[in-house]
Amino acid sequence: MVNININGKKFAVNIDQTILEAAIENNIYIPALCHHPDLIPSGNCRMCMVEIEGRRGQIIACKTPVEEGMIVRTESQDISLIRQTTLELIHVNHTQDCTNCSQNSSCQLQEVTAYVGVDEERLSRLRRTKQKIGKDDSNPFFTLDHDKCIMCGICVRTCDEVQGVNALDYGYRGFDTIISTFSNRTIKESVCESCGECVVRCPVGALTFKETRKPTTEVKTVCTYCGVGCNMYLGVRGNEIVSARGDRDSIVNKGRLCVKGRFGFEFVNHDERLKVPLIKKNGTFVESTWEEAFSIIVEKFSSLESKQFASLTSAKVTNEDNYVIQKFARAVMGTNNIDHCARLCHAPTVAGLVQSLGSGAMTNSIDEFTDSQTIFSIGSNTTAAHPIIGLHFKEAKRKGAKIIVANPKEIDLCRFADVFMQQYPGTDVVLLMGMMKVILDENLQDEEFIKARTEGYDEFVDSLVDFDLETTEKITGVPKEKIIEAARIYATNKPSSLVYAMGITQHSHGTDNVLATSNLAMLTGNIGKESAGINPLRGQNNVQGACDMGGLPDVYPGYQKVDKPWVKEKFEEHWETKLDPKAGLTHTEIFDEIEKGNIKALYQVGENPILSEADSNHVKRALDNLDFFVVQDIFMTESSRYADIVLPAASFAEKDGTFTNTERRVQRVRKAVTSPGDAKCDWWIASEIARRMGAKGFDYNSPSDIMNEINKVAPIYGGITFERIENEGLQWPCPTTDHPGTKFLHSEKFTRPNGLGKLFPLTYKASVELPDSEYPLLLTTDRSLYHYHTSTMTRRVKGLEILDGEELLKVNSEDAQQMNIKNGEYVTVRSRRGDVKVKVLITHIVPKGVASLTFHFHETPTNELTICALDPVAKIPETKVCSIKVEKM
Amino acid sequence: MNNNLVDVFSSFDGKEEELIPILQKVQNALGFLSDDSMEEIARFARVPMSKVFGVATFYAQFRFTPKGEKHIMLCRGTACHVKGAPRIQEEIENHLGIKEGETSKDLKHSMENVACIGACSLAPCILVNETVEANLTPQKVEKLFSSKGKNK
Repeated sequence: MVNININGKKFAVNIDQTILEAAIENNIYIPALCHHPDLIPSGNCRMCMVEIEGRRGQIIACKTPVEEGMIVRTESQDISLIRQTTLELIHVNHTQDCTNCSQNSSCQLQEVTAYVGVDEERLSRLRRTKQKIGKDDSNPFFTLDHDKCIMCGICVRTCDEVQGVNALDYGYRGFDTIISTFSNRTIKESVCESCGECVVRCPVGALTFKETRKPTTEVKTVCTYCGVGCNMYLGVRGNEIVSARGDRDSIVNKGRLCVKGRFGFEFVNHDERLKVPLIKKNGTFVESTWEEAFSIIVEKFSSLESKQFASLTSAKVTNEDNYVIQKFARAVMGTNNIDHCARLCHAPTVAGLVQSLGSGAMTNSIDEFTDSQTIFSIGSNTTAAHPIIGLHFKEAKRKGAKIIVANPKEIDLCRFADVFMQQYPGTDVVLLMGMMKVILDENLQDEEFIKARTEGYDEFVDSLVDFDLETTEKITGVPKEKIIEAARIYATNKPSSLVYAMGITQHSHGTDNVLATSNLAMLTGNIGKESAGINPLRGQNNVQGACDMGGLPDVYPGYQKVDKPWVKEKFEEHWETKLDPKAGLTHTEIFDEIEKGNIKALYQVGENPILSEADSNHVKRALDNLDFFVVQDIFMTESSRYADIVLPAASFAEKDGTFTNTERRVQRVRKAVTSPGDAKCDWWIASEIARRMGAKGFDYNSPSDIMNEINKVAPIYGGITFERIENEGLQWPCPTTDHPGTKFLHSEKFTRPNGLGKLFPLTYKASVELPDSEYPLLLTTDRSLYHYHTSTMTRRVKGLEILDGEELLKVNSEDAQQMNIKNGEYVTVRSRRGDVKVKVLITHIVPKGVASLTFHFHETPTNELTICALDPVAKIPETKVCSIKVEKM
Repeated sequence: MNNNLVDVFSSFDGKEEELIPILQKVQNALGFLSDDSMEEIARFARVPMSKVFGVATFYAQFRFTPKGEKHIMLCRGTACHVKGAPRIQEEIENHLGIKEGETSKDLKHSMENVACIGACSLAPCILVNETVEANLTPQKVEKLFSSKGKNK
């Protein structure tokens, strides 16, 4: 602390503050236009001039650090004159239509002018110095009005310091200076990611939202898109959501939102929402009532044998919904045939990390990334699929961390990478084992950690023989030097955090990939510590929660194994019924059994397997073969068209409950608007079916009732009550109500039964279907920042559709030349299982021999191409590698 | 990537502080800075594209359209201005159908204004590539640049 004197008053302030920050903290107003607490001071508006005793002239407060004994004056005649003159020069170039401007009354130029004042006479003599340019209206979500811009640079610095996107900078010179994109293109044609962070911070009306309106009230909730679980306030007017803003107090996102989170809520009020139960009669859906729907469902479900029933629950719905749905399958239908789409994304994480560490979740918290010294991102397009976690990486980089990226594609994160290894798809085990060989050869392993905390070391070391640098380079295509450099950085620049996603899991050897990541972390002691660990990024908003709640065929809520007799007995006691002692069928196996006719009825909540499951023609055949298919969803999807009954569900904005984000944080979801028509919460629907089938234990009045039951049966959720998470979420394991939650896992011992982590010997297994002379290209799959999963929600948001409205086959220019195809041309992409017609994008992002598609677009169902080759342990299909050929149309 | 760029990049390390020399060398090699070349420069020097553009547009030495075969530098220094340079500029623009700072579609001509070419005694004057055309009048401009003129 230092003592300073401002305007005759004494203050003790932090030594690392600037004069402006010290003044703001002590409620002393100094006018400023280019200051923002999130940004590094730039000192370009010249409003915050002050005088300091003993120094000559005026000094800007925003860039001057406080010093012991400093005597500051914020007002004097000179200061006033300088501020006024500067302000007049801004006003003369600023369009004066305040009453019609959406920033009116929250405009900082107005505020500063009210304080500083302008001399009307001087102002009237000034001539406009800048040409009128007009508006850039190209972006669907916001407008840039150059003529209101005051050149404070907050947007430029936000895009750089907060987002790391750098879509904007100052362009040209002198009076011609404008806020410009590259080559002065429109915002839409620039690299802008439409996150809207610049609009949030613009002090005047130069950047304004288009559709967003001022709300009557705001409701704090959690974003419905990815697994990051950003906290946000939904603004409501009447029964409509009109705005969204990030919660600056949230440790998860610190106020930031991505384009989907900020602008992707239009679907909630969309006309096409399901409003009443639909029953298929003579091949067409007829509007019906809950009574009729329930009576048919109860009759059909009651007539089934346990093994003829399966249920797919949802990673989109709340923990409470998931708990009730799995309880319905297990306690009422008497089967463990319950699974959800985690099978298609992180099943190897659960299967692999449980074997090696004891639990399959992110070991660290999102906020810890910023203190990692090394972040190793493998098989994760973080900035597209988990944008806010991407921001944490960029922040870490700014603080001096090294970033290693391993990805078959040159993803956006590569701009920040110290080492970029572009491995051939499906060769991750080799790459990781090759790095570990380097670590051992150079003696960089953490002997102490290995001895004290792990087992299986010798067998593991023996298996490294096959992964010498030559072999590793040959198989992965990554130059030796890069493998060595990456290995050295990861092993020595600690704490190192390893991050992965679908690029690791969606393989026929996905479990091996996961085990390779845990080998690497344990070998170097980079686990069980703050900012060091293994962090599988979960895809959907509540996929972690759906797994936690037992939406899996082999575990009850809290990962308690169904095949352990004492576990079964415990649940039989709680649920007052007999339970199935065997593990049920997985997602992919359920469709196999449906096709064979063994499963007759499917109860599916919030899923769209026709677009999401590999080899979707197989799924279609299966759905055709069902006797009775009940779908519960918020929209009609490609899959629900096959249903016999479609039940209208409430969206995230219409219900209370909890989501568990990727860092195991259980957070409150709150009702902002009422559901359209007769749509109901998922837990209510499932409970109602159960009650009508005569089951006991489904008389819940509210989601908190359900959470109370979860507290009792799932020890990891034992202490997580609605009361405790009212303001901030808690991270499981949290066994008791006085437990503070767990920031990072495995600190003292691993959660495996003997407390030790296990290193696994691994071998290279090639992907099942590799390119050959007939199908010469390797197809891999990825995600777009602008869409989410099968796009049921995001494609019902006009702006997102404008920014990304069509699938593009990404191919390398060399391949394109060889195949004689041009950018923008439509081609037929064919695999052994199907074909799609799609537009070509020639890009250096993909290497020669590899092509890439997303799976967001129903017009071009990518999963008709992919192969359903399963990982033997996790049963995940290999959606990241199959072979294709491209034909001209 | 364009071979010229590969050549230019080979003498640099790809660091941010090399940006201006890289821009200069690329302009020397290509005659101007195209969007494609600036994108490649951004990737090579690991500088955001918007920053490359910001830096390049800040300096008058960089151009973003190719020069014409005949590049006209029209002197707008004081002497030339007084002796009628604005009129000369108008005439040239009319004959060639391009504005100051532009290049004709056939890439034959381009024109830019410069402050002074140091030939005030010959005002108003222009430089066509290396040649000074002195004491210009609208008639002389017509001779030079109309379809019958020697420079066309």
